[in-house]
Amino acid sequence: MTFFKKNGLKLLLLFIALAVPWVVPSRYVFQILINCCLFAIGTLSLNLILGFTGQASLAHAGFFGIGAYGVALLTKAGVSFWIALPVSALLAAAIGVGVGLPTLRTRGSYFAISTLCMGVIIEIVAGNWVSLTGGQTGVVGIPTPSPIVLPGIGEIAFATQTAQYYLVLAFLLFTLAFMHRLVYSLKGLGYMAVRNNEVLADAVGQNTFAVKLQAFVIANFFVGLAGGIYASLLGSISPSVASINITFNFLVYLLLGGVATLAGPVIGAFAIPVLMEYLQALQQYSMIIFGVLLILVIIYFPRGFMGGLTSLWNRIKGPSPGKG
Amino acid sequence: MEKPLLKVENLIKRFEGLVAVADVSFEVYPEEILTIIGPNGAGKSVLFGLISGLLKPTSGRIFLSGREITGAKPYVIARRGISRTFQTTSLFDQLRVVDNLALGYKMRTKDGLWSTLVHGPSWRKDKERTEAKVLEVLEFIGLGHKAFDFVSTLSQVEQKCLSIGVALAGDPKLILLDEPTGGLIEEDTERITRLIRKINGAGITVCLIEHKMRMVMDLAHRIIVLNYGAKIAEGKPEEISRNPEVIEAYLGKEHRA
Repeated sequence: MTFFKKNGLKLLLLFIALAVPWVVPSRYVFQILINCCLFAIGTLSLNLILGFTGQASLAHAGFFGIGAYGVALLTKAGVSFWIALPVSALLAAAIGVGVGLPTLRTRGSYFAISTLCMGVIIEIVAGNWVSLTGGQTGVVGIPTPSPIVLPGIGEIAFATQTAQYYLVLAFLLFTLAFMHRLVYSLKGLGYMAVRNNEVLADAVGQNTFAVKLQAFVIANFFVGLAGGIYASLLGSISPSVASINITFNFLVYLLLGGVATLAGPVIGAFAIPVLMEYLQALQQYSMIIFGVLLILVIIYFPRGFMGGLTSLWNRIKGPSPGKG
Repeated sequence: MEKPLLKVENLIKRFEGLVAVADVSFEVYPEEILTIIGPNGAGKSVLFGLISGLLKPTSGRIFLSGREITGAKPYVIARRGISRTFQTTSLFDQLRVVDNLALGYKMRTKDGLWSTLVHGPSWRKDKERTEAKVLEVLEFIGLGHKAFDFVSTLSQVEQKCLSIGVALAGDPKLILLDEPTGGLIEEDTERITRLIRKINGAGITVCLIEHKMRMVMDLAHRIIVLNYGAKIAEGKPEEISRNPEVIEAYLGKEHRA
């Protein structure tokens, strides 16, 4: 019984997530939800480096792009999606080491600026290395994920939206489980220590550079993973997958949803794109609305929706030591 | 003669024209309390910065238990067994008391990525050892009742105790305390004094920067006096209190008795 009491909300959410294909009103909305799952993976990974480790990486879409191009080019060359995906995510992680080694030597806004430059460089390379990436036209005709063959049972194909949805949901749950284990551990405390007081973290024996590099590389692995699945499901990509707009989308989802929480990025990545769809008429003003919203949130709810919810909850419950 | 735990040899630190530490040599022996005193700007904190690796010496050498640590990174020196506190209380103020102490001990755990993800045997062992250490230190510094409180809700003296606790959690051989009673009232100063004596009683060598003379005379086994970056005296408390050069440095020439 205590299991249900403790995990009731999570089970309910999981049940709703699993039931989505039966209640979704249209193919169009379904496609948005599928993309939201991938954005959620990207936002969760940005949360690791920005939210927990305190390093504002603005090269995030660059690594999304590396994952996307990796899967696009490898699967078009005949490599199975199930090999191309981890290879592309590992490629994003490896390039993350190369980018992290110089940029993580800078701090604060300098790190943000240097990673911003790196992100732009990745987008420019994608748009100009014509022989490899197809230049501005990008890559078209990317195959959908190859079916998983289960000997004696049959195979799981990913041609339908429902199958694709369960695929991205599985990856989202995997990312959530991974991040949960990581941040609610001594290792996660180490990331937060670097965010909170780098000099003291160093003084208590933490190689802060290595800690930051690890968080950065893991974050890039997961956003590369999201990018790879995105390319395969969409069927075509262009250099815009690595554009700064995508980075800022992740950033907005994260800041509005709530930094340094696990629910926040997921809430942000679902609520905002869905809200945008229902506010179609306001689409052209969306940047103004988000600009104002972002300023309000940063001033009044610096920890986003989840942070606001927590402080509200604490106020109702009265002052008692909460779990951080 | 007993082998020194820490040996500092001809240490010099220059900041563009200013000599902050001028050719200082001294030793710290196991299980003693060595206090460094001197007027403001005498180079005491810079000296701690050099020993703990936060600053790189212009020249000179530092040895811990005979092994050279000159110019090593702070985290390496911490792992070798020198923990420190800072003059302005430095804590992980977004986290709870227990988290701060766990972070103090973290460097003594394996803390592998894979083991953390799969909750493997080494993760479990790390967790048990960390919890035991946190409980032990909580008890030692007398903050058991505040274990799950956030740092920002602690009083000043509790924060000072916690910062010493964070240093202790790393199982140091030598602990460097930079003005642990700075800005505290008499009563709180006594709490810290008792804590320092308790730390020393547990077999940990203490190196202390302090201004409050009564406390210094009370605690120190030996005293080093710095003035304008140079060591002007070294000895037992009663010797130091009679040393004319020290009196001059503190009170000026005309007070020379």
